[in-house]
Amino acid sequence: MSPAQTVLAAELAANEASEHRPLIITLFAVFVLATLGITVWAGRQTKDAADFYAGGRSFSAFQNGLAVSGDYMSAASFLGIAGAIALFGYDGFLYSIGFLVAWLVALLLVAEPLRNSGRYTMGDVLAYRMRQRPVRTAAGTSTIVVSIFYLLAQMAGAGILVSLLLGITSDAGKILIVALVGILMIVYVSIGGMKGTTWVQMVKAVLLIGGTILITFLVLLKFDFNISDLLGTAAEKSGHGAAFLEPGLQYGTDGTTKLDFISLGIALVLGTAGLPHILIRFYTVPNAKAARKSVNWAIGIIGAFYLMTIALGFGAAALVGPKEITESNASGNTAAPLLALHVGGVDSAWGAILLATISAVAFATILAVVAGLTLASSSSFAHDIYANVIRKGQATEKEEMRAARWATVFIGIVSIALGALARDLNVAGLVALAFAVAASANLPTILYSLFWKRFTTQGALWSIYGGLLVAVGLVLFSPVVSGDPKAMFPDVDFAWFPLRNPGIISIPFGFFMGWLGTVLSKEEPDKAKYAELEVRSLTGTGAH
Amino acid sequence: MQQSAEFAELRRSFRSFAFPLTIAFVAWYLLYVLLSNYAGGFMGTELFGNINVAFVFGIAQFVTTFLIAWWYSRHAAAKLDPKAEAIKSRMEGGA
Repeated sequence: MSPAQTVLAAELAANEASEHRPLIITLFAVFVLATLGITVWAGRQTKDAADFYAGGRSFSAFQNGLAVSGDYMSAASFLGIAGAIALFGYDGFLYSIGFLVAWLVALLLVAEPLRNSGRYTMGDVLAYRMRQRPVRTAAGTSTIVVSIFYLLAQMAGAGILVSLLLGITSDAGKILIVALVGILMIVYVSIGGMKGTTWVQMVKAVLLIGGTILITFLVLLKFDFNISDLLGTAAEKSGHGAAFLEPGLQYGTDGTTKLDFISLGIALVLGTAGLPHILIRFYTVPNAKAARKSVNWAIGIIGAFYLMTIALGFGAAALVGPKEITESNASGNTAAPLLALHVGGVDSAWGAILLATISAVAFATILAVVAGLTLASSSSFAHDIYANVIRKGQATEKEEMRAARWATVFIGIVSIALGALARDLNVAGLVALAFAVAASANLPTILYSLFWKRFTTQGALWSIYGGLLVAVGLVLFSPVVSGDPKAMFPDVDFAWFPLRNPGIISIPFGFFMGWLGTVLSKEEPDKAKYAELEVRSLTGTGAH
Repeated sequence: MQQSAEFAELRRSFRSFAFPLTIAFVAWYLLYVLLSNYAGGFMGTELFGNINVAFVFGIAQFVTTFLIAWWYSRHAAAKLDPKAEAIKSRMEGGA
């Protein structure tokens, strides 16, 4: 799209929303004020490090399941998947399936042992039987890199959403919105800690599920609850016919795109159990059994949500149509709010109210997820890097919490700066990259640490840094960054790696480096420590 | 404790359940991804109305995910939790 066309499309969409601007702003403001209230209340109850990092470990399995869902269903899920299905039909649905199936890795292999053997961060588990300082430095680095990738996607989503709704088309206006989101997340996390963040995520999950059920119901009502009719109409309106309902529209072009599809599929299914902001949520419940139950709740809630993305995506294709969607946002990120407008009636008050509500829900979604991400990275900085590496375990709890709060401010500022740069990128695609990095750098080390007796410090370092460097490096030289009209830098071309998602290379590489580093290391693994870790991870003996 | 027969039993009943099941669902998911890629004709076969094999396959991934989560939780509650708790209370009592 040329810049002139982009401006035109943005204006079209903005006109649609402009009449309802006061309502939209009011709903945004209500959510912001309510969550700030929660934050202040939670901040008063946050006294020690266990409160700040783990919400005092006092949440119930259901509460945590809800918060996990709120942490996980990001702007990528809501805006990105609905848009991907609306534009590419069945291929967009892969995101929904991969994002859900991935939870089984977390349930079967990671959630319970992690809860039993760690304290506050992912680094705790990795450092349990390794040399503390190098492993914690590596874990902290990869936590921050993964979280910043993920943050970028949410920031881009916020910019797109708000420019659609408030008619802000100037770059300065979009940057201002990104800055506002950044400041809010700094406030949530630095004041409310894990308690505040958890409650914000629970409120958001209820709003998101409620909003999605409402739109799904209204879409199905239009088709007399006949899903076949809905799919048929979507296929017809899409202009692709039956191909719209089959795999291959986005990824079936040639051998390279097919490989990209496999790469994306692997990254999605293996990434979840390596996402630091998800992992730290398991510390907020009293024990491993509650961690298991919260994953089960999350699977139920998230599964129901992703099933409804079928109605959102195909509904948007059938009722809004691809022309209007791409005119509003080339990547389809605004399909869900536009669908809300259409099911309510384009020129009716009901349509305006629905548009405003769904937009406020999407805004809430972004805020809750960025808060979780910021908390994960500042916790890891304060607990892994500051307390255990820089201060060598000599820092007091007070100093550690102060470091976490400062880290929050710093990460907030960094992500505002990067978010302003990434404001026009595809949201679901960016999140998929975060999944690939998490699956390459974090998952191998977590699994080896928990289940492989011989694993050594060198193995851990090689797999974290190896997976991280290869994943990020391949993204850097992929069409996501250059050499493509939709790339971050469309005018230059240094993209010698043809795939958009690095997972198919970087994930096996991460596992391979963990193995290689271990068999080549001269030091003996700490057998006594592994015995301790194994008993603890399976029984909870001595767990915090 | 890690050397004891009791713990070995707990480890075995966890690993012999979780590891094969993980391999199975990852394989099942990859089969879905590969069929989507390389068996377009089969996936596009219409079953009833506009519902095709690909759609049913996708929904089946949801169903198996729910079933596996339920199955693992049942196994854990029946076979793993009692053993883990027995070991934990003995170790913490003895310590």
